Amino acid sequence: MIAFWVLAAILIASAVWTIAAKKPVYSVVALLLNFATLAVLYVTLSAEFLAVIQIIVYSGAILVLFVFVIALLGSGVAPFPTGPNRLPKIWLPAGIFTLAAFGFLIYAVSTVKMAAAPATGAVGNADVFGSVADFGKALFTVQLLPFEATGLVLMVAVIGVITLGGEQMSDAEAQQSRMRADRAVREAILREGKG
Amino acid sequence: MSIPINDYVTLASVIFFIGVIGVIVRRNPLIMLMSVELMFNAANLLLIAYARLWLHNVGHIFAFIVITVAAAEAAIGLAIVVTTFRPEKYVDVDDIRTLHG
Repeated sequence: MIAFWVLAAILIASAVWTIAAKKPVYSVVALLLNFATLAVLYVTLSAEFLAVIQIIVYSGAILVLFVFVIALLGSGVAPFPTGPNRLPKIWLPAGIFTLAAFGFLIYAVSTVKMAAAPATGAVGNADVFGSVADFGKALFTVQLLPFEATGLVLMVAVIGVITLGGEQMSDAEAQQSRMRADRAVREAILREGKG
Repeated sequence: MSIPINDYVTLASVIFFIGVIGVIVRRNPLIMLMSVELMFNAANLLLIAYARLWLHNVGHIFAFIVITVAAAEAAIGLAIVVTTFRPEKYVDVDDIRTLHG
């Protein structure tokens, strides 16, 4: 009970830090804290496999990708040239919209009667629920079609990324870039010899 | 399930709306993408909380698919960011030859 509220406080604080941080690197750190806390929360909900997946995929793959892109663009030093700052103009409508939507949601949650939970054991066994064996059995038997669809989604993503990033340079440009690099190396060697 | 489900719903909606604010207010594409990840995670938390409530692991399968889609989305979004904002037009690893011997 106390654990839930501590985790919830960390989750909300790190989420606010993520969107309020000045530099994207700080946002990544805050997001890492958020994902790790969420993994702990998943364990308390007896979803062990998803907690592990959360750490591996989110913290291990997605956030590293973010860090890599930040390093590639050098945005930790200077912000992107994204035009004039629209923050003062957008704060008011964004705040009103968000508060209204959030208030409606809280109202709905507090008034609508949730469907009652079935008695324990009616649809699953609480002892094995959420274990890797339970999850894997469901994934490869009943839920095989969604699993295959997941593979298709990943392949579409890979093709999309290749299409976006696979810009070819012309032969002349490639030649020029190679010559530039060679010259830089020769100058470096000469400097090395003098020094 | 000692904690009422409504607390999970409230927590997930708070995180989701923090993500919404991030997408609306921030203009940095990377932080906007991270806010989208926050929203994905809020949805995942709800799926897993309800799966626990009903002791039915179809919510886990759905959360697994959401994680996969989030990974694909991050890869494509970051590829778009890189192709849009790349300071040098061509970055070629073949240009880096200082260790060539």
